[in-house]
Amino acid sequence: MRKKYGFTWLSKLMFLLPGILGICVFTLIPFLDVLKRSFYTSLSKEFCGLANYRAVLQNQAFRLAAYHTARFAGVCLPLLLVVGLGLALAMDRYPFLEKWKAMYLFPMAMPGASIVLVWKLFFARQGLLNGFLGSRIDFFQGENAFWMLAFIYIWRNLGYTLVLWLAALKAVPGEVLEAARMDGAGNAESFFYITLPCLKGNCFTITVLSLLNVFKVFREAYLISGPYPPAEAYLLQYVFHNWYANLDFDKMAAGAVLSAAVAGSTVLLLKRIWDKGEGKL
Amino acid sequence: MKDSLMKRAGCGVRHEELFAGKGGKMGKRHKIAGTVKKYTVTMAVAGLGISFLLPILILLSGSLADALEWQGRAEALALDTEGYVDWKWIPDYPTLEQYKRLLFYSPAFLKLFWNSVRMAGMILAGQLLVGIPGAWALASFRFKGRGALFTGYVILMLLPFQVTMLSRYLVVRQLGLLDTAGAVTLPAVFSTFPVFLVYRSFRSIPPELPEAARIDGAGEWRIFVRIGIPLARGGILAAMVLDFLESWNMVEEPLAFLKDKSLWPLSLYLPEIGLSQAGFSCAASLVTICMSWFVFRIFSDSLEKGIINSGL
Repeated sequence: MRKKYGFTWLSKLMFLLPGILGICVFTLIPFLDVLKRSFYTSLSKEFCGLANYRAVLQNQAFRLAAYHTARFAGVCLPLLLVVGLGLALAMDRYPFLEKWKAMYLFPMAMPGASIVLVWKLFFARQGLLNGFLGSRIDFFQGENAFWMLAFIYIWRNLGYTLVLWLAALKAVPGEVLEAARMDGAGNAESFFYITLPCLKGNCFTITVLSLLNVFKVFREAYLISGPYPPAEAYLLQYVFHNWYANLDFDKMAAGAVLSAAVAGSTVLLLKRIWDKGEGKL
Repeated sequence: MKDSLMKRAGCGVRHEELFAGKGGKMGKRHKIAGTVKKYTVTMAVAGLGISFLLPILILLSGSLADALEWQGRAEALALDTEGYVDWKWIPDYPTLEQYKRLLFYSPAFLKLFWNSVRMAGMILAGQLLVGIPGAWALASFRFKGRGALFTGYVILMLLPFQVTMLSRYLVVRQLGLLDTAGAVTLPAVFSTFPVFLVYRSFRSIPPELPEAARIDGAGEWRIFVRIGIPLARGGILAAMVLDFLESWNMVEEPLAFLKDKSLWPLSLYLPEIGLSQAGFSCAASLVTICMSWFVFRIFSDSLEKGIINSGL
C-alpha cells in the first residue's frame, strides 16, 4: 500500500516536472545569471554594486519610457474594461445582439504585421481617415500617436474582453436581480449593488489577460513607427531593444530585474485585492 | 428631451414585463421609449462591429487594385500634396495579378510561409505535451505551494518578451541554438500562457469525478487522459487556437534571435515589403490572414467557450 502511494506521488510529479524543468532552463536559471550581471559591469566584469541600477533609473530614455508605458496601461486598461463591459451589458440585455460578437473577436485573429499597411494608409496625413474628416491631422506624431496606439489596442482586444464580461454577466443570478427590482431598486442601483459585486471574482482574470495584451501593443508600435517612435509612444520595450542592439547588457540586466519586480508585485497586489473580495483564484 | 427619454427607457423594458397587461398611457410610453432604445443600442453595436472589419475590407480592395492605381496612391502618400489618397472600394481595373505574383513568382513568400507553419506546429505540439499536463497537476492535485506556483506562472506569463530577452539570449547562445528555429520555438514551448488558460477549464471539472476514478484504482495518467482531457476539450482547443494566433504573429522573438532571413516567419516578411509594392503587400497580408481566419472560423465556438472557461 505504501509503495503504491509512493508511485502515485511520483507519477503526479511527472505531470509538472517537464514544464518546471523547461521554465528553469529557459527562464529561471538564465534570469539568475541576469540578476548576477546586473551587479557587474558588462565589459570588465567587475563588481559594481548598484551602479547599473542607478544608471538605469537616471537614464532619461528609461524614465520617459516607463512613464509612457505606465500611462498607456493606466489609460487603456480601464478604457478597454469599461467599453467591453458596456458592450457586454448591451448584449446581455438584448440577446439577439450576440451574433455580432464574432465581428468583435475577429481582430484578434489578424496578425499585427499584416495589418500595419492598413494603419499606415488609414492614419496617414493624406490617408483615409483624414480624407473622411477633411482634416490634416498627423496621427503618427506627438500625442496623436499615443491615441492611435490606444485605438489599435482596443480594436484588437475588445472582443476578448467582451466575451469574458458577457460570460461573467450570465453567471449573475437572475432571481436576485428580480427580487431587487420587486423591492423597487432601479437599474443603476441593481447594477452597482448586485451585478458589479458579482463580477468582482472575474476581474482578476480579465485584468490580467488585458494587461498581458497591453505589452503586446509594442508590436504594432514598432511595425508602424520603426525603431524611433515619437516620444509619446515611446514604450519600455523600445529601451530594451536599443540596449540589446548596443549590447548594453549591464543596463539591460538591471532594467529586466526592475521590470520583473514591478510585474511581480503588480500581480501579487491584484491577487491580494481580489482574493480578499472573493476568496478564490 | 431625448436624453430624458433614454433615461426613462432604462427602466422601461423590464418594467414592461412586470406591468404587462396593465396597459395605460404610462405603459405605452415606456414601450415606445424601450423600442427607441433597443434600436439605438442595436445600431451602435452593429455599427461598431462593422467598422471593426474595415481593415480587412481595405486589404481586400487594395489587393485587387492594379499597380497603376497603387502608384498614384503611393505618390499621394509620399509627396505632401494637397489632396488625399484616392481610395476606391472597387478598383478601376480589378485584377488578380498580385495573387498570381505572390503564389507563383515569390519563392521567398512560400518559404517563409512554411517556416511559419513549421514553427507554429512545433510550438503547439510542445505546449500540448508540456503545458496541458502541468495545468492538470495545478488544477487537480493538492500539494504544498500550489498557490505560490500558480502565482509564479501568472507572473512569468505577464513578463513582456523584452524583459526576458537578455536571459533568453544567454541561454540560447549557451545551447548553441542562435540562428536556428529552436531559438524561437523551444522557449515558446514552455510558455505559461496555455497553462493559465487550461487551468481554468480543468478547475471547472467537479473534483468528485477524478476522486471516484482514483478510488476505483485508475492511475493518474489514465484519469488525466480519460476524464481531464475530454471534459476540458473546449478550453484546450481555445488555448491552442490562441497560441496558434500568437505564434503566427511572432515578431520580436525571431527578430532578436534569427539573423538568417531564410529562417524568418511570415510575420517578418510583410513589413519588409515597401509601400512601393503596396498592392503586393495587401495580397500577402490577406493570404497570411487567411490562415488565421481559417483556424478562427473552424474553432470560433470552442474558442469562445474556452475564453469563457478561462475567465470563470
